[in-house]
Amino acid sequence: MRITKRLALGLTAAAFAFGLGAANAQETLRIGTEGAYPPFNNLTSDGKLVGFDIDIANALCEEMKVKCEFVTQDWDGIIPALQAGKFDAIIASMSITEERKQKVDFTHKYYNTPSAIVAPKDTDIKGVAKEDLAGKTLGAATSTTHYNYAEKTYTDTTLKGYPTSQEFLLDIANGRLDAVTDDVSVLEEWLKTTDGACCKVVGMITPVPEIHGEGAGIAVRKGETALAEKFNAAIDAIRKSGKYKEINDKYFPYDVYGG
Amino acid sequence: MSAVSDAAAVDIPPPVERGWPGRRIAGHVLVGVWVLLGLALAVYLFTAWNPELFDRWKGPYLSGLGITLLLVAISTVLGAILSIPIAYGRMSRNRVLSAIAYAYVYFFRGTPLLAQTFLIYYGLGSFRPQLEMVGLWTFFREAWYCAILAFTLNTAAYQAEILRGAIESVGRGQWEGASSLGLSKWQTLRMVIMPQALIVALRPYGNELILMIKGSAIVAIITVYDLMGVTRLAYSRSFDFQTYIWAAIIYLAIVELLRNVVELIERRLTRHLRR
Repeated sequence: MRITKRLALGLTAAAFAFGLGAANAQETLRIGTEGAYPPFNNLTSDGKLVGFDIDIANALCEEMKVKCEFVTQDWDGIIPALQAGKFDAIIASMSITEERKQKVDFTHKYYNTPSAIVAPKDTDIKGVAKEDLAGKTLGAATSTTHYNYAEKTYTDTTLKGYPTSQEFLLDIANGRLDAVTDDVSVLEEWLKTTDGACCKVVGMITPVPEIHGEGAGIAVRKGETALAEKFNAAIDAIRKSGKYKEINDKYFPYDVYGG
Repeated sequence: MSAVSDAAAVDIPPPVERGWPGRRIAGHVLVGVWVLLGLALAVYLFTAWNPELFDRWKGPYLSGLGITLLLVAISTVLGAILSIPIAYGRMSRNRVLSAIAYAYVYFFRGTPLLAQTFLIYYGLGSFRPQLEMVGLWTFFREAWYCAILAFTLNTAAYQAEILRGAIESVGRGQWEGASSLGLSKWQTLRMVIMPQALIVALRPYGNELILMIKGSAIVAIITVYDLMGVTRLAYSRSFDFQTYIWAAIIYLAIVELLRNVVELIERRLTRHLRR
């Protein structure tokens, strides 16, 4: 009994020492992401994380010469999880907004694409103005800028909130919704799938800075300016080196960085 | 002989511990910890109190609470009705009936309510053409009906088991006695068995209701904005944890209220059993 206990203790200590040694050799940065937002970040059926955010994150980590580890986390709880130290940065297509800036610090944007509205091909929705969507049922993921915009703008529309994009895309495919709103690149990716064949983009929404913010940035805990600056330098570096363009072109036929 | 001495051994209460043994100290420390936690929560709520946030969300919270209560009330009542044939099937000697009822209970008790709700709403949603053909799409189109259906089916399985357990807890002699007095099976059930069985079933029914209240917190995944759904929305806007604490306090208050109501009913129903 004694011996086993001592042995276990010794092994734990050894494991600790080894772990610390490894950590010292190369700093590990834990990156939080959602994993349900293709083509930006998505879990494949065999549990691998793929997408634009993931490739960008890996490129940034390589640039910063740190080892990165991904943690997937539900969107609703992603900011509290960052604050609680479950990971050190969020790279999950998070729009830089005033509301969020009160809780976390952001890097510069690493991409900026507008939101769009998608509806079935035979829809009578002609545009994205308030009147166009009056009396319709619109779906969006809660806790997103798209939802906030819809709530403020389409006051004559029934707005339904979903946990992630996956669910409202199911619901527009089966006809429970008249339209959905999300990031245009996410919607276009979906339109290419079999389910997405039902639908088309009816229009793009002109971004409102107070709601949509200045694009998607990397969130770090408040006050961790050094880390944010490191990310900023790395974003600039991959923009310059052409690594950014390489990743951009892998996913999109257009430039997602925006003006 | 030994049986008697065993019974005697059981009946003697353990001697009362005097002074301050370790267990008693530990007990006081633990109570102290809980009191401190409670105080900390009260202090936190007092300092973090945000009247602006409260004003912004009190309307949505009330409507969320209404949705939660309505959803649980409707599905519990419908579930109670549905549970009668299922309980009958479970107790039936007919092999087919009993197997069907067994499979039903097995499935709905064995899988998470979350999965059932998801399957009914999103799963059946992908069979729209077939559902339209049989004219059921108008029903399945609405998240609210899907939620009621899922919750009813789920609670019916649990309630059927409560009912069956309660009926089977009444001794066979009661059936035989009633039969010898010339009462029909139905009369026996209604006038002899059920009054006794329902007393047994009351507590489990109360539990099931409480579990339903808490279980209903998942319904926001299908866009029905109940108390929990509103809480998550409020949190996602404010990133303020007190939104969750408000929800916890409301849930706690409902459960406490239900517990007391069940207690009251039980006291009234068991007057004749008290000495």
